[in-house]
Amino acid sequence: MENILTYMTFIPVAGMFVVMAIPRDRHNLIRQVSLAATIPPLLMAIWLYSNFDRTTTEFQYVVESAWMPAFNIQYILGIDGLSVTMVLLTALLCPICLLSSWNIEKGVKGYHMLFLLLDAAMMGVFCALDFFLFFIFWEVMLLPMYFLIGIWGGPRREYAAIKFFLYTQLGGVLMLISMLALYFYNDPHTFDMRVLMANAGTYTRGFQFIVWIALFIGFAIKIPAFPFHTWLPDAHVEAPTAISVILAGVLLKMGTYGILRINYPMLPIGTQECAFWALAVLGTWNIVYGALCAMAQEDMKKLVAYSSISHMGYVMLGMATLTPQGINGAVLQMFNHGTITAMLFLLVGVVYDRAHHRRIDGFGGLASVMPTYTGIMSIAFFAALGLPGLSAFISEALVFLGAWQYDHVLTIIAATSVVLTAGYMLWLLQRVWLGPVNEKYADMPDVTTREVVTLIPLAIIVLILGVQPHYVLDLINPTLLAINDTVATANAVAQATVLP
Amino acid sequence: MDLGNVESLAYSLPEGILAVAVLVVLMLEVLVRRKDMHGYWALLAVAGACAAGAMQAGGPQGWLFNRMVALDSFAIFFKIVLGLAGVGAVWMSLGSKELEDQNPGEYYVILLACTLGMFYMASASNLLMAYLALEFVSQTSYILSGFLKQSRRSSEAALKYLIYGGVASGAMVYGMSLIFGLTGSLDYAVIGERLAAAEGNAPVIFVALVLILAGFGYKISMVPFHMWAPDVYEGAPLPVTAFLAVGSKAAGIAMLVRFFYPGVSTMGGDGTWVPLENVDWQGLMVIVAGVTMTLGNLAAIRQDNVKRLLAYSSVAHAGYMLMGFVVLSNQGLQAMLFYILAYYIMNLGAFAVVLMVLNRTGREDIQAFRGLAWRGGALPACAMAIFLFSLAGLPPTAGFVGKFYLFAAVIHEHMYALAAVAGVNTAIGLYYYARIIREMFLEDPQEGDPVMVLDMHNSVLVGALVIFTVVFGVYWAPVSSMAARSLLFIGG
Repeated sequence: MENILTYMTFIPVAGMFVVMAIPRDRHNLIRQVSLAATIPPLLMAIWLYSNFDRTTTEFQYVVESAWMPAFNIQYILGIDGLSVTMVLLTALLCPICLLSSWNIEKGVKGYHMLFLLLDAAMMGVFCALDFFLFFIFWEVMLLPMYFLIGIWGGPRREYAAIKFFLYTQLGGVLMLISMLALYFYNDPHTFDMRVLMANAGTYTRGFQFIVWIALFIGFAIKIPAFPFHTWLPDAHVEAPTAISVILAGVLLKMGTYGILRINYPMLPIGTQECAFWALAVLGTWNIVYGALCAMAQEDMKKLVAYSSISHMGYVMLGMATLTPQGINGAVLQMFNHGTITAMLFLLVGVVYDRAHHRRIDGFGGLASVMPTYTGIMSIAFFAALGLPGLSAFISEALVFLGAWQYDHVLTIIAATSVVLTAGYMLWLLQRVWLGPVNEKYADMPDVTTREVVTLIPLAIIVLILGVQPHYVLDLINPTLLAINDTVATANAVAQATVLP
Repeated sequence: MDLGNVESLAYSLPEGILAVAVLVVLMLEVLVRRKDMHGYWALLAVAGACAAGAMQAGGPQGWLFNRMVALDSFAIFFKIVLGLAGVGAVWMSLGSKELEDQNPGEYYVILLACTLGMFYMASASNLLMAYLALEFVSQTSYILSGFLKQSRRSSEAALKYLIYGGVASGAMVYGMSLIFGLTGSLDYAVIGERLAAAEGNAPVIFVALVLILAGFGYKISMVPFHMWAPDVYEGAPLPVTAFLAVGSKAAGIAMLVRFFYPGVSTMGGDGTWVPLENVDWQGLMVIVAGVTMTLGNLAAIRQDNVKRLLAYSSVAHAGYMLMGFVVLSNQGLQAMLFYILAYYIMNLGAFAVVLMVLNRTGREDIQAFRGLAWRGGALPACAMAIFLFSLAGLPPTAGFVGKFYLFAAVIHEHMYALAAVAGVNTAIGLYYYARIIREMFLEDPQEGDPVMVLDMHNSVLVGALVIFTVVFGVYWAPVSSMAARSLLFIGG
């Protein structure tokens, strides 16, 4: 099991090649093979969850080998408490997404090949411990995403796909430049993230500041933090359901993951200088702005997309506080948002598959038409608005606990969104599921077994984490405390070594 | 090693093969009635020249023909690349419908002669030889670009090429004469020594270097000497366009580097180079590099003809390559050599796909690519996507690795502004490459769009180039070490 991370990353690639060999009209076989390729990583993720050492802050299951010795580029994979949650989330969501895209009929072969490539790249991003490797996976992810939105998306898919592509690519270039700057700053030059972190004390203040900002823009585009968020509503609305789930469930997390993995430990002084404006203020703005925008939407998917912007704001605010509660809350929120938003998009997809539109005012009284569906839906909705007893409540509460110690004003502003979120969620619920039955959809069939299978695992996680959050907190806590310490003590360390 | 005329012949096998092949194909044209074999003879010859060039690696290095020509690992690298460019061009010509009813004998003779000239461009170590080689390549390129005699566009391309070329080489000769006046020699090594000693002449030297840049820059389509590129690329027969885009640019770069590095700069420690005092051509070239890539990319955005789009993209790529030129370090040169090879693979590949579409549809506008992925064989569309992503610099492709090396070289010298400009350009590049990809994958084919039927000949070339693009994007150690080994100049 030493190479478990390699297997998790590359089994989907192997699956992609198998799919490539299948004749293109064998649709069901393609679907089954693709699903089969995502099951081993899921099983391995479960194994990882039970065998993960929760006491250490070291990287675990590390594999290392030289890749390009001349440039000191290595192939290093490894996980710690921060990445293991994201690996779990990715491994969980990929089979679910493949199940939910069972009804795709156009270019089945291409769709599944691209999806498996995307799966591998996402897993790679979370496992990579070599900055170069991280960057490769980060960029490779773009290509399948572009095609998946652009070919299988909605009416304005081309615009959405290219917008997503260009935004992320621009961020990628900034990351490339920052990566090289870090590489040449260290002597001997290296991309090994562990060394880059260990040498964090030697980077000058000005260097840290500039590189921090450049990396932050790259990651902020992915989060997406205001004002780099405009690609998200477009991409989400146009993408097919499964891809929206991946976008919201995994890709957005990469932004905050990158900040915690790279900016925090490698550029601690930069973090201290920038965290307030770049993370806390923008995060709070994200929370309120996203919620207000969500309230004004007439398209269910767009509403969920804006709610994502709002919820990712909690992550930013939480990690900006540099308190144990805040940073733990932030990562827990990353995980929770991944599961809850995935549910929301899947639920919207269920209605869309039947009605072929998502207008909020086009429905009514669905609760009496589709009772099972409404039951599952209510879990997701109440989780999203932060009802105590469901998972998001814990993470949001932790974020607010941290934030209150950090800045009272921001906390109060951010807290107003609790009301706003309840507002748009309940209003949506009321307009679509309650009220008189819309005769047009009076005989809409309830959820199928396949759809239930995609939703139930997520619902169970949401329920369990609502009462037993330590199932995740135990995993992440030691690592996050260590990262938090690095940043919090950076100034003291810098003063001791007299950095300019 | 410093050989006279006769002894040098023993070390001129690649050039010899090409020269003999020119004569043989010319004779075959007269003596043999069957015209369809000429191309294969040409292919054999140019592949042989390439192999002979590769075999020179590791052999003795030195001056040939009384210090007119250098035989060093730098020249050998370019002989291999140019030989490969020739192979690609001949292969594409054999599979081109455009050239089917043209006179094949003449065509291949001129193509081989042009390759021969490029070999000498890469190895000339004397201004006179450099000028002759460059003119030789120019003259043959004019004929090649005007080879479609019935096509007005082709003739127009040849004429424009000729006029621009005449002006540029005029300026270059003037610059060379200034250099000769200052130093009394045409030999690079002597020029280097005497310029370093000449004090107070900095403005004249600067002017001379700028004038010489006009000639070299015109060959690599560097702004502001790029104006010919779009028209010529559009008008010339497609295999010729590909040959000019890849071969002409590589030969021009070789010439530029040999004159500006071992010629007028001196080697410093640590693999860096020291330019002449008070002659800031480096600063000038940083600006030129930035402007070249930006202008090329911005102009490419609005093109509807794929050949024209690739022409502007090749201007932009000249700018990227110059990033490796301006840093004055071996690291930069290595990055540049790597990029040239990567550029050869991906750009030739892109042109090969355009050729397949052109053969099938007779069109070369972007709309001809509409729904290409859904029109029968998916190879051209998928291959084109890979080549374009490589040109845009996305991993895991050879183009990304090349760009990565260039960025690394520039950032190592702390030229952050140039890196930022190049970064923005990468995003612009992606935008217009994605236009073609969008057309191929995101649009549905319409009634009347012909189904793609794959022919073996072109598919082999495209397939091979795709494999290299991806393989070198994942495992590029052999290429980068080959580029690193090729930095030994004779008489530097």
